[in-house]
Amino acid sequence: MTATTESPQVVLAASEIGNPVVNIGIFLAFVAVTLVIVLRASRTNKTAADYYAGGRSFTGPQNGTAIAGDYLSAASFLGIVGAIAVNGYDGFLYSIGFLVAWLVALLLVAELLRNTGKFTMADVLSFRLRQRPVRMAAAITTLAVVFFYLLAQMAGAGGLVALLLGIDGSVGQGVVIAVVGALMILYVLVGGMKGTTWVQIIKAILLIAGAGVMTVWVLAKFGFNLSDVIQGAINTSGNPALAEPGARYGGSETSKLDFLSLALALVLGTAGLPHVLMRFYTVPTAKEARRSVVWAIWLIGIFYLFTLVLGYGAGALVGADTINAAPGGVNSAAPLLAFELGGEILLGIISAVAFATILAVVAGLTITAAASFAHDIYASVIKKGEIAPDGEVRVARITVVAIGFLAIIGGIFANGQNVAFLVALAFAVAASANLPTIIYSLFWKRFNTRGALWSMYGGLGSCIVLIAFSPVVSGKLNPDGTSASMIRNTGVDFAWFPLENPGLVTIPLAFLLGIVGTLTSKERPDLEKYAEMEVRSLTGAGSEKAVAPH
Amino acid sequence: MTDPSRIGPATGDPADARGDGAMTQTDYQRVQDSPEFQDLRRRFRRFVFPMTAFFLVWYLTYVLLADYAHDFMSTQVWGTINVGLLMGLGQFVTTFAITMLYARWANKRQDPIANELRQRIEGRDIV
Repeated sequence: MTATTESPQVVLAASEIGNPVVNIGIFLAFVAVTLVIVLRASRTNKTAADYYAGGRSFTGPQNGTAIAGDYLSAASFLGIVGAIAVNGYDGFLYSIGFLVAWLVALLLVAELLRNTGKFTMADVLSFRLRQRPVRMAAAITTLAVVFFYLLAQMAGAGGLVALLLGIDGSVGQGVVIAVVGALMILYVLVGGMKGTTWVQIIKAILLIAGAGVMTVWVLAKFGFNLSDVIQGAINTSGNPALAEPGARYGGSETSKLDFLSLALALVLGTAGLPHVLMRFYTVPTAKEARRSVVWAIWLIGIFYLFTLVLGYGAGALVGADTINAAPGGVNSAAPLLAFELGGEILLGIISAVAFATILAVVAGLTITAAASFAHDIYASVIKKGEIAPDGEVRVARITVVAIGFLAIIGGIFANGQNVAFLVALAFAVAASANLPTIIYSLFWKRFNTRGALWSMYGGLGSCIVLIAFSPVVSGKLNPDGTSASMIRNTGVDFAWFPLENPGLVTIPLAFLLGIVGTLTSKERPDLEKYAEMEVRSLTGAGSEKAVAPH
Repeated sequence: MTDPSRIGPATGDPADARGDGAMTQTDYQRVQDSPEFQDLRRRFRRFVFPMTAFFLVWYLTYVLLADYAHDFMSTQVWGTINVGLLMGLGQFVTTFAITMLYARWANKRQDPIANELRQRIEGRDIV
């Protein structure tokens, strides 16, 4: 963040904003309601298809709402509203990339994937290639994407806690992160995909309704005139460029390239996010998968239109200086705006929704990682498919606990990083390591195992290397001389890659590696398998059916 | 991608034969060869590939303008509403429009044929 945070205004102490008791009370009510639903849903969890795919019994609209709940993460809500409030127009670009990306999923991926696969992304990728190496690679890239995404969510939890509960110390925040993580483990452990889906549906409705109410409220204050809202933000900040592009990314040629890189990663990343792909298996047919995406696009699009108003509204009514100075920084823009509008009750509701957001997204990520480990690595690679389905689910449950612990520790470590930004890294890995192989295996007959492995490992490896040697990890300074990198020691600087998002390099590289790997390999395409995959993907013949209700 | 006419069974060319007998085709391969399926596939690709190209080009145009044409994007149209904001909102409009267009097209044109093929295959019980 380039804006300086020095402000003549008195820094608001966290305890002065809202009433922590109200915030916690509303959140506990959400937890109680969802817990009951998860417990009820868990009673019908019997088979692997129940645990991983919710029995494939959700309708398109239900799944579409759950997708929105899964996708509209803390980064979307807190990060984008904050970015628009502080940086103006450039914050808006996140939401456009996040939305347009859904067309890739709608047109090229969702239905074909639903028709071909069973539980995970690897089911599709390994369909006509050599099973074990491809499954292994797909599982590793899945776990990597989930890890980045999880970190982002948990980091967001820390900032939120600081703001809402008045807990400033890192120890206290760590304790709350641990509690959020433990709750999530409980949900996923008990409820499986069914429970997770219901948590996401409830959360999506609360989030979109909450944001909708705030949007109408903000607009009402400005006579339902968007131009006046933006003018208000310009007046409060004294920065006339707030409506123009360039505040965040216009400073130098490097930052312009960085912006291009981010834009590419956002638009191509969504259709490679394993937790999004896995949601397509929770519906009975490809037609329902299509309906899911249509619903998701409408809900997500409308929500992002809300964030535009909320962002400028926060800039106008709260002010960028106050937001930057608040505990939680830019991520506090949406809660601060809620407090400004509706006092501590609205703040309590919005805070609870934000907590629920983190909980729901983390639950979706965790079950994806668990399915990938248990189904792809344990059952298929280690046990070579010779394992009883309930044994697989048992391993998945153990994995849930392990990932939960990892998320808690990672969350405490990543506490304070900008949330939207970490998610952008997850998108870069998804777009580089997953998307090329998904597209090639669905549409390119000649594609083979070496192409898949080169593309996946090359995409993942190049992403991780370039991120490690980018300003994100070391050597980036704030204008006031403090470190803006993950490594806070300003003396440590081993960054040589100038961009914060590696997508501009890694996405074309991974597509290229898929082609080169395929063409240099002598492996011939398995024509029978290819015919089966193509016919299944387009007609739905032989696809996994819904589990009959128990 | 590959020319559809070349995607064919292994029968024509003995060199392609797999271990299980040169002249046998799986049911999936027979369906893949059928004119109905070829037609379904061709129409699917003719719709989604150009559409994908269109929205990606439009999105990248927008991104490049926001990145490198600040003055143009900052041109005020009405109050503080400028070209950049309108183009951004335009991305929302095209996304919604393509979504509805595709859903209607797929429901009407593709689903009946896909369903018929599926029933034909599953009726033969090859799964």
